[in-house]
Amino acid sequence: MHYFIGNLGHFFVIVSFVAAIVSAFAYARAINQENPELKKDWLTNARIAFYIHTFSIIGTGVVLFLIIYLHYFEYHYAYSHSDKNLPLHYLISTFWNGQEGSFWLWMFWQSVLGIILLNTQKSWEAPAMVVFALVQAFLASMILGSVIPGLDVKIGSSPFILLRDALDDPIFKMDPDFIPVDGNGLNPLLQNYWMVIHPPTLFLGFASTLVPFAFCLAGLWQKRYTEWIRPALPWALFSAAILGLGILMGGYWAYETLNFGGYWNWDPVENAVYVPWLVLVASIHTMITYKNSKTALKASIILVVAVFVLILYSTFLVRSGILGDTSVHSFTDLGLSGQLLLYLFFFTAMAVFLIIRSWKEIPTTHEEVSTYSREFWIFLGAATLCFMGLQVLIPTSIPVYNSVVESFGFTSNVAPPADQVGFYSKFQLWFAVLVALISGTGQFFWWKRMERGTITSDLLLPVLLSLLVAVVTASVSKVYNLAYGLLLFAGVYIILSNIIVAGRVFRKNPSLSGGALAHMGVGLMLIGILFSSGYSKVVSLNNSGLLISKQFSNDGNREHLLLYLHEPELMAGYELEYLGERLELRDKDGFIKRSEVEILGQPGGGKSPTEPLDAIAQNDILKSGKKLYSQGDTLRLHPENIYYEIEMRKNGKVEATLFPRLQINPNMGLLASPDLKRALGKDLYVHTAPLVRDTIIWSEMQEVRVKKGIEFFVNDYVAMLEDVKRIERVEGVTLDGNDAAVQAKIKIEGERGSYLAEPIFVILDGSQVGRIFDDVNDLGVRITLLNIHPEVEEFTLGVETRQKDWVVIKAMEKPLINILWLGTGVLMMGFTIAMIRRFKDFRKGM
Amino acid sequence: MKKSHIAILVGLAATVAIILTTASDASTYVTFDQAYQLASSGSRKEIHVVGELKKDQLGEIIGIEKSPDHLSFSFLLIDENKKEQKVHFNEPMPADFLRSEKVVVIGHYQEDLFVAKKILLKCPSKYQEEKLNASL
Repeated sequence: MHYFIGNLGHFFVIVSFVAAIVSAFAYARAINQENPELKKDWLTNARIAFYIHTFSIIGTGVVLFLIIYLHYFEYHYAYSHSDKNLPLHYLISTFWNGQEGSFWLWMFWQSVLGIILLNTQKSWEAPAMVVFALVQAFLASMILGSVIPGLDVKIGSSPFILLRDALDDPIFKMDPDFIPVDGNGLNPLLQNYWMVIHPPTLFLGFASTLVPFAFCLAGLWQKRYTEWIRPALPWALFSAAILGLGILMGGYWAYETLNFGGYWNWDPVENAVYVPWLVLVASIHTMITYKNSKTALKASIILVVAVFVLILYSTFLVRSGILGDTSVHSFTDLGLSGQLLLYLFFFTAMAVFLIIRSWKEIPTTHEEVSTYSREFWIFLGAATLCFMGLQVLIPTSIPVYNSVVESFGFTSNVAPPADQVGFYSKFQLWFAVLVALISGTGQFFWWKRMERGTITSDLLLPVLLSLLVAVVTASVSKVYNLAYGLLLFAGVYIILSNIIVAGRVFRKNPSLSGGALAHMGVGLMLIGILFSSGYSKVVSLNNSGLLISKQFSNDGNREHLLLYLHEPELMAGYELEYLGERLELRDKDGFIKRSEVEILGQPGGGKSPTEPLDAIAQNDILKSGKKLYSQGDTLRLHPENIYYEIEMRKNGKVEATLFPRLQINPNMGLLASPDLKRALGKDLYVHTAPLVRDTIIWSEMQEVRVKKGIEFFVNDYVAMLEDVKRIERVEGVTLDGNDAAVQAKIKIEGERGSYLAEPIFVILDGSQVGRIFDDVNDLGVRITLLNIHPEVEEFTLGVETRQKDWVVIKAMEKPLINILWLGTGVLMMGFTIAMIRRFKDFRKGM
Repeated sequence: MKKSHIAILVGLAATVAIILTTASDASTYVTFDQAYQLASSGSRKEIHVVGELKKDQLGEIIGIEKSPDHLSFSFLLIDENKKEQKVHFNEPMPADFLRSEKVVVIGHYQEDLFVAKKILLKCPSKYQEEKLNASL
């Protein structure tokens, strides 16, 4: 038992919590201090406290990582989220497999951002850092895991609790020092390289929304109502870029790993980050307006506050367990709901109080905004973004509504929409059209003074051009749906109008082109989403299949397809053929055929489920001409992964060979991951249904009498007895002078290549007969040499058959999905250019 | 009234209108009896029913029928009022189905059979192991 390391970790958490409070207090004292000497002292104290806080957070992380890395399974965190066989990068992922680790990640980023602010901001340091340190104190309390003496209230959930304290298992009564040999392993969903980088990116996005919020509150508090925008704007851009990137990485991960066939599922957890991001983007627009024309200050304040409150709200949704039945990937309830609510209410109340207090004093413009002004268009766009978020936010909050109603003693049985994707998409589509049209038009107003007279001539060209491009694209790619057509037009329009604008701006000053680029990225994304989601096609559509019951004659369209080994099926212009199970080598790259090895032992049989499996090569294993293993070699396999090789052909040409995967972990269950064939125009996407094989049932044995060299049929395959030879050694049997053994060699022509079945016939002591059958797994055939008739040179073979190896798959086409990824890249580039420009402005004091 | 205020009000009204008109898209949690009544009164609306898989005395799940082509299956679900109902799902069995503690079926009745369009599973053990699978 390693007690010290856990105590050290717990100590670090407590220090970080206390230091955050001390820092907040000292910064607050520094603000109100008139005496410059004392002010300096308080500031120094506050900084030292924040450094101690940051150091303790890093210490907490190091300790937690060591516990995982050194496999101290007496700790609950290491036991439930890791095991001995995980490679280093997945050991890092175990950090955010649990709630506590992801709280830590969030805190870590915020402390880093805090250190940056502490060193770069002069007059803003103290008030902004008060907000920072308070937020940090709340987060640290989430992993405190301390019981308040006397009150019997537990604060937070510590990542450093021992397994025996976390689990009530009788084994600990017998032996309190019991330590499991291995951990539970990492959720297979998280064993993906995107899961190593997606959570840190997303949490950096989460953390960075605190920066504009802290500046905004500092401004309201210090009555510097207008100045806070200057330091806040570049950070808001940073935040939007990182949060957006984090969200899209999550989408990309879902596309690659999960098998719902897409990158976005309108799951409550996804919605919970999507809404704050929309509002964040809206707030950037109003802040830019303010910097240019001193309007929309109040709107900026409200939106910046709203972003942070929404982040807290989404944290509450995801981590309190309130989503319960409605989401597939919410965290387990750690009993932190009360604390999370307090966190949410504390900062909401603080912000609302400061806004109300200073509302009358916040400068506003009283002149009417003209329809021809750029402010009007920006404002319209920002408002549309907010409504777009609202439409998602309200239905997502249905579980919250239910529990609120129930907490007052009433019953509520409202469930979220049954078809989430259809429900959200049908409205978000129109909002997206509006946003694209407004921002495309807004760009012209932004860069050029528009007059009533010239407006038509300015807009005519881009509108006509977009219409032309959209109509041509629509007719080529058969977009016959009005809503989709409009979205296509809007997407093209925002791209074209921004190209025109970028052309003008770029000549003057390239550093100003960030906005235009970002908008182009949005246009590309919209088009990518339109085609990849709207025109995603199930290739494996099974409308010819068997009907289970006559009742369902109208439900015959099934999207899965049953493929027997080497029996190609024609589907939507593709010929799909299942080529067999493949296993993954542990020590070398590549897949090998299951039929090429004999596996020793069972996956997870007595050992850890992730312990590599030993296997013996049945023949020389070749990979593109190179010999990997010789016959009889022992090799190691990944125990969790089984791959199914599927060939997709079009007009006889192989379009793709895909290896969808099934991960089997006895502790975590089954997971089917797709494989993708990426092409410029469209992706092909195939995954298997997560089926477990039934026990094999062999047919009754049929006897055939054959002669050497004469063809016969085995399970509809052409077969021929090539030879029968006497053999000297039989595995598992000792032969002496009175014994004899012969081995038959039967060649069976499969769909792809021929197979050999080699059953053995043994005569012991001249009378006792033994028979050793041989299986040809790929063909589902088992052959036994039953009898020898030397007088007529004939042999009796026993043939048994079973259902051939099969797999159930779903295959999809995702057209133009690369436009979406391209758009994401362009959007990120735009954000980056804009951010650099605004950071430079900030340094110049603009 | 400034133009911007009007724009906000119009937008708000539109959004509220959208949310209200789609209130009917929101589903409801019901029992099988209620679901049956809904279906027999002609409603084709998809509703949520929460239940548990039927098990025998030994805790083994019973009543699962797979189609011969492995592409669909049916099972017995017991709702909160202990009513047992055969549910058909026109897709292969989801991973972890047999391990689930609770099953939420989303769909509607077709005659005497409940046809699920979607199945949500609650498997707490996936994220937090409750029991220790170990011995001394």
